[in-house]
Amino acid sequence: MMSEGRIHSIESFGSVDGPGVRFLIFLQGCRLRCRYCHNADTWRTDGGTLMSADELLDKAERCRPYWGKSGGITVSGGEPLLQIDFLLELLRKAKQRGINTCIDTAGQPFTRKEPFFPKFEELCTLCDLFLVDIKHIDPDAHKSLTGAYNGNILDMLSYLSDINKPVWIRHVLVPGITDDDEALHKTRGFIETLQNIERVEVLPYHSMGAYKWKELGVSYTLEDTQPPAADRVKNAEMILNGLK
Amino acid sequence: MTFETGVTFPVTKEMEHAWRGFTGRKWREDVNVREFIQSNYTMYDGDESFLEAPTEATDKLWGKLQELQKEERSKGGVLECETEIVSSLTGYGPGYIDESMKNLEKVVGLQTDKPLKRAFMPYGGIKMAVQAASTYGYTVNQDLVKIFTDYHKTHNQAVFDAYTPEMKRARHSHVITGLPDTYGRGRIVGDYRRVALYGLDYLIFTKEKDLFYCGGRNMSEEHVRLREEIAEQIRALKGMKQMAEIYGFDISAPAKNAKEAVQWLYFGYLAAIKTQNGAAMSVGRISTFLDIYIQRDLEEGTLTEKEAQELIDHLVLKFRMVKFARIPSYNELFSGDPVWVTLEMAGIGMDGRHMVTKNDFRFLHTLENMGPAPEPNLTVLWSSRLPEAFKKYAAKISVNTSSIQYENDCVMRPVWGDDYSICCCVSATQTGKEIQFFGARANLAKCLIYALNGGVDVATGEQVGPEIAPITSEYLNYDEVMHKFNAMMSWLVELYVNTLNLIHYMHDKYYYEAAEMALIDTYTRRTFATGIAGFSHVVDSLCAIKYAKVKPIRNDSGLIVDYEIEGDFPRYGNDDERADSIAIWLLKAFMKKVREHHTYRHSEPTTSILTITSNVVYGKATGATPDGRKAHAPFAPGANPSYGAEKNGLLASLNSVAKLPYEYALDGISNTQTISPDALGHSLEERKDNLWHILDGYFDQGAHHLNVNVFGVEKLRDCMEHPEKPEYANFTIRVSGYAVKFIDLTREQQLDVIMRTEHKTL
Repeated sequence: MMSEGRIHSIESFGSVDGPGVRFLIFLQGCRLRCRYCHNADTWRTDGGTLMSADELLDKAERCRPYWGKSGGITVSGGEPLLQIDFLLELLRKAKQRGINTCIDTAGQPFTRKEPFFPKFEELCTLCDLFLVDIKHIDPDAHKSLTGAYNGNILDMLSYLSDINKPVWIRHVLVPGITDDDEALHKTRGFIETLQNIERVEVLPYHSMGAYKWKELGVSYTLEDTQPPAADRVKNAEMILNGLK
Repeated sequence: MTFETGVTFPVTKEMEHAWRGFTGRKWREDVNVREFIQSNYTMYDGDESFLEAPTEATDKLWGKLQELQKEERSKGGVLECETEIVSSLTGYGPGYIDESMKNLEKVVGLQTDKPLKRAFMPYGGIKMAVQAASTYGYTVNQDLVKIFTDYHKTHNQAVFDAYTPEMKRARHSHVITGLPDTYGRGRIVGDYRRVALYGLDYLIFTKEKDLFYCGGRNMSEEHVRLREEIAEQIRALKGMKQMAEIYGFDISAPAKNAKEAVQWLYFGYLAAIKTQNGAAMSVGRISTFLDIYIQRDLEEGTLTEKEAQELIDHLVLKFRMVKFARIPSYNELFSGDPVWVTLEMAGIGMDGRHMVTKNDFRFLHTLENMGPAPEPNLTVLWSSRLPEAFKKYAAKISVNTSSIQYENDCVMRPVWGDDYSICCCVSATQTGKEIQFFGARANLAKCLIYALNGGVDVATGEQVGPEIAPITSEYLNYDEVMHKFNAMMSWLVELYVNTLNLIHYMHDKYYYEAAEMALIDTYTRRTFATGIAGFSHVVDSLCAIKYAKVKPIRNDSGLIVDYEIEGDFPRYGNDDERADSIAIWLLKAFMKKVREHHTYRHSEPTTSILTITSNVVYGKATGATPDGRKAHAPFAPGANPSYGAEKNGLLASLNSVAKLPYEYALDGISNTQTISPDALGHSLEERKDNLWHILDGYFDQGAHHLNVNVFGVEKLRDCMEHPEKPEYANFTIRVSGYAVKFIDLTREQQLDVIMRTEHKTL
């Protein structure tokens, strides 16, 4: 059966979302409401353009000459796990075509319950690398930052560790919200419980997506927040990588 | 002297010594530098760890040159203009970067008697030579003005004697533009390596032999002309010897070591830039050649790596100093004082061996030793089969300096072999075997507007093109527009080719490149380079007319001056077949029309999609186009997709350009892309890797050329507002076809670059 996914957009050249040169597919729809979200236009689950997996992969493969040995596709969003049926089909077909695959997720839809979990188990066999955001280590801070608790997200990371699936952790550094040393050390403590972390990246907050909030008529609460200073970024990188 | 059949130059003991250790036979008996290179070069597969830092002498000389460049900028862009001496091979005594440091210069020779002083070169056109000087406050000696006005005809005067009224109209309206009718046409690359390998006596002997056999029993006009030209070449070779003597060198015999090889070669090039002010004065494919000499000296123990790097650094210093006096309208076309000292490296030989040598690393390393610079125009001949260590190093230099360009050896090699040079920005030419007649470009965007308006120019109301019936419908109909556009393009191409025929006839007659031609085979192949401007706008306009609804807006005289576009349409630059197939059609249609016409001196017609920085000026002279581009807005440069058209990112854009068949644009397809460092990877290591993968992917699909810039728009903005900051003195960026210091661009062009970069970052 061929289904269609809701696609927010595609980008032929990505170089910071997984290894090497990557074709990025942004799926439409996300339930988190991160205050710093720079892609607020991906939230709505009924938006986007309908496209089939083959259609997307045909476009992606036009970029295969640039991939070399390490590149491939990265499915991002929105939250790609919200369209897990389509995601499965996309990655199954990608694997048939011999394409390296990454999923960039915040893990919000994750649960060990039916019907999601068996699908996720299959997904893990098709995905070469997960890029997972830890938005905040503290459940309450996570809730106030994103609108949801992080228990299931951390559980997903534990599961990925248990099956030894390669993961890159990403942490958006927002001054005054996610950059206090205590929380960073706590995050590091959690990362140390995982066996499968290949890389920990710090993404400095920027306000370039603020205009999208305005377009959606939603008030942007970080209006006065500045990007973190270089030394704070360095500090977070040191802590999260266990070097400080 | 008489020449019996089969007579070769008698090889002396001195020559045998100079050629010690070199293998191969054919290059000894005839001028054949390619065979010499193929028989003697040493492939290098390693990385950059062998490279050496600059010597104290290099630091001092480069420091001095930077001071002079600063002074030049503070004086409005020109340090000094000659007003008394007509530039020639022997017009000046010796000149040095700094008289007190002349012993530090490992390579000597300046265009005039002083560094950065611009020579007086009247042969292209006396009016322009006078204007160039007066723009910067210099007055040319009245006797010289009189001589070149009353007694000696110049190229410019001759061209205007012969122009037809129609040609003048087309030139004035900028539907044909950038014509080399006021200055040297350039793009002729002497094989300067010959001076080092053979010495002048051998080369003079060879030309004298050619003269002896030329036209003996058939003194046709063609032969008479050639005989005169060979005689001019011989005179130039003798002049070169004298020029070298002024600096204390005898270049009659071949170079005996690397230092001499670099110096001899440079004298050959110096002869060219003392006698011609061509738009592009490439030095050619010299890197691998010079490596052979350096390698021999290293093996003989007479040269250290430090000294080898110093030689290359000092040669590059000289290339950074080449200057010509230009008029303001020229500077608007080719902004930032470029001279296109284009220099190639790498590539793959016909036998499959890569041609990367240590010297390719040394030339790239000059950008680290002496910082980024627009000249020489360093060009890497790319193939995915180049050694990975070299690819990584080139990518690193791109990421750090944005100063090099890449061209696809795998599309050029089948056409031009493995010893071609790039004679301008992107155009290949077989070194020493071939010349190119440079031909500016036809403004196809304007041509499209003429097609809509029955040949009338919107700007002036003048009938420039043929009076075909204008389009009168409420909405533009694709078939009707295509029909009329085709007819208008046929007219334009015919007029364009004829105009070039006339210009090159006169250039040969009044501004012959004797010094360069003396270092090229007598029986040379010639290409006839045409060019296209406004490419992406024509493609997108045709797409708009085909896939959306375009309603023309007419002024009081009924001329179409703007458009209302209803609905969306595909655009070139998104890997979208609907648009890209029109792009391919446009290129092929243009080239086929060029081929229909007689081209001067049995030359082979080619075309390019290359605008250089003139995209701004050409756009200024062109009304609104049906793709939504406003009147007078800049064109996209070269074969680049239009500003704002690319919706699917860099690789989709590259894929569109890669579809254009090089075989139809043998003069080159220029593409300039800017990537912000953050978008290219987290670390230098990642950026290097990602960049060389991009180059592999682009060129493996048959694309021709890529300028790579790596910087963010913030840097450009800051540089525009604070050009005085020391860190921006040498901030170099790639624009269509060459590299330029950002601070040397006009404000309009700076804004154009910023606008295009900004779009990329978001």
